[in-house]
Amino acid sequence: MSRQLLLLRGGRILDPSTHTDLAGDVLIADGKIESLGERVDIGDRDDVDVLDCGGLVVAPGFIDVHCHLREPGREDVETVATGARAAAAGGFTAVCAMPNTDPVTDNQAAVGFIIRQAARARAARVYPIGAISLGQRGEALAEFGEMVGAGAVAVSDDGKPVASAHLMRTALEYARTFGIPVADHCEEPTLAAGGAMNEGIVSARLGLKGVPNEAEEIMAIRDILLARRTGGHVHLCHMSTRGSVELIRWGKERGIAVTAEACPHHLSLTEEAVEGYDTNAKMNPPLRTAADVEALRQAVRDGTIDVIATDHAPHHYDEKEREFADAPNGIVGLETALAVNITWLVAPGIIDLATLVEKMACAPARVFHLPGGTLRRGGVADVTIFDSDAEWTVDPARFRSKGRNTPYSGKRLRGRVHFTIVDGQLIHRYEE
Amino acid sequence: MSGAAAAPLGKDLLGLEPLTAEQITLILDTAEPFKEISERAIKKVPTLRGATIVNLFFEASTRTRISFEFAEKRLSADTVNVASTGSSVQKGETLVDTARNLEAMRIDMVVIRHGASGAAQFLADRIESNVINAGDGTHEHPTQGLLDLLTLRDHFKRLDGLKVCIVGDVLHSRVARSNIWGLKKVGAHVAVCGPRSLLPNAIDELDVEVFDRVEDAIDWADALNVLRLQLERMQAGYIPSLREYNRVFGVSRERLERAPRDVVILHPGPMNRGVEIDSDVADGPFSVILDQVTNGVAIRMAVLYLLSGGRPELAEAAKSGGR
Repeated sequence: MSRQLLLLRGGRILDPSTHTDLAGDVLIADGKIESLGERVDIGDRDDVDVLDCGGLVVAPGFIDVHCHLREPGREDVETVATGARAAAAGGFTAVCAMPNTDPVTDNQAAVGFIIRQAARARAARVYPIGAISLGQRGEALAEFGEMVGAGAVAVSDDGKPVASAHLMRTALEYARTFGIPVADHCEEPTLAAGGAMNEGIVSARLGLKGVPNEAEEIMAIRDILLARRTGGHVHLCHMSTRGSVELIRWGKERGIAVTAEACPHHLSLTEEAVEGYDTNAKMNPPLRTAADVEALRQAVRDGTIDVIATDHAPHHYDEKEREFADAPNGIVGLETALAVNITWLVAPGIIDLATLVEKMACAPARVFHLPGGTLRRGGVADVTIFDSDAEWTVDPARFRSKGRNTPYSGKRLRGRVHFTIVDGQLIHRYEE
Repeated sequence: MSGAAAAPLGKDLLGLEPLTAEQITLILDTAEPFKEISERAIKKVPTLRGATIVNLFFEASTRTRISFEFAEKRLSADTVNVASTGSSVQKGETLVDTARNLEAMRIDMVVIRHGASGAAQFLADRIESNVINAGDGTHEHPTQGLLDLLTLRDHFKRLDGLKVCIVGDVLHSRVARSNIWGLKKVGAHVAVCGPRSLLPNAIDELDVEVFDRVEDAIDWADALNVLRLQLERMQAGYIPSLREYNRVFGVSRERLERAPRDVVILHPGPMNRGVEIDSDVADGPFSVILDQVTNGVAIRMAVLYLLSGGRPELAEAAKSGGR
């Protein structure tokens, strides 16, 4: 049987994992990176598919370690298949699906179901994250071992805080056996109760109950201290405050196994976006102040924040079309992440493109021990090819996701995905 | 009804924060001629004849609803009251569906009271009818703020330079917010006083004076606007007890007597006598609490008139039927 060959011709090959930044070609054979260089010679073979990558960046496939695909339970707002296609359109070759489904993904059968749905979708890879506690009730540990055996790559009770410090401690200890991170949604529940936005001048003016920065920071430092005590790996989800940044830095300086992610919206928008009670600016943690955004951007730049993750959270439009306090938290993010990051981080010169690829592809693979995140020869051929300069206007009606809830609707952004390749197969191609 | 563009306040009255000093003064001035109508034997003018107004109350309210209803009836509008306790979610119909139904019935104006901050704006963004916010969550209660301003202006004959302290649960008070914006815009000095657990954490950024002790507030102020202290605040752990609240923050005659000047007392009602305000203060010589109620009708008539496209310079003539 002949080999399946795909040549990515004439792009800017940008792979921080191998310190590569050169103009050239990448040859993929049978789903693996075969070779790359300034000129990959394929002789006069006519059985090679060629993608013209002129003017485009060729990078390791993006990996989103934090998204909500809503299946099982809320197939009306997203499914594994629509989520995986939205991911592909956003340049993600793999995503990690949070377990706050209905029923909760807290056992091996539930993990296996998501793996099977993902295989059928033939789009981006989907790695399930299992629940920390049964039913995400914060009481008894879920069976990490069996879930990992079925394909789970981490555990999290995301969407809900792990209120019990004892449970978090046990989870960190128990997760060491299986070499997986415990991803925590940091929110001190009594401080955050009833909160609809950031606590500050805007919440005071709008008459909305605020969530103080400390609701996140108290749990962030608790988790860091428990990681120090247990030697477990804690991954802090969607960090949003300048105080959290300082605490993570403190933990990393002491060699504690803490990693952290920030979301594109927390790196680009402030609490001001809530003005007019725009429910598409309602998320948890909430949009914070300009000082928080600035601290997070610097933390992405200096490595305190390891990963940029979307926290893609689709909701039905009806659910967002209501009184602010009653509207659900969350926005879709898979199809805008790259462009938001380029527009608000790369274009203003806060980070360069290589650092962005590091945060969206290399670091996620490293932190969650996933395949990909590199264009190393022999590695899996998950590749994202994008135009870093093209401008476009966000039109939610064109999203592959079933979710339309985005604060970027109508915004002019820079950076567009042209091709997404998983296992050597083209799963997304940009069309006008 | 004439179009929104002609109205000097725009389409809706959602709060005092977005208004200019000129717009606020215009409403107060327009209310003056309407006061007289309520003093007549036949308290009715045909100004809004043919206009349909819905009073949409998602929260229990006696005073504000009756005040609006009298204002509407004295202007000859056709009114319908819709009372619905509990949130729209519990009711089963969403606010957006309620809005669409009102729109389909070609209502001219909607007066809305709702437990969620932003509910009035939510409605206003979705229907062409004029929307008047009669209190949305802990956001604003603009007609209350306006009637407080009118009452103060009646008493002091000025607002510029007046020192007004809002005492009590500022954190959860839409009356406090409307007062802060309204008073500041017309040049009054504004202070707040209450336990720090019932003041917004960002109060310093609101550019108002803050008094931790009610004695200091009384010492400073020309007038106190005393807010209702709700029992739920104690249950939610913001303060230890109503008893201690009265001892520390209660406005008593004893405290007022030590003030260097006579301090005028306002209260938006309903009062908890013996909690935030003592009876001999509420019923005392410096209380303007019932004037507030009287002015409430005139203010609401003025707002209805101006939003319906009524021209301020014709308000005097409007009393006899013109527009």
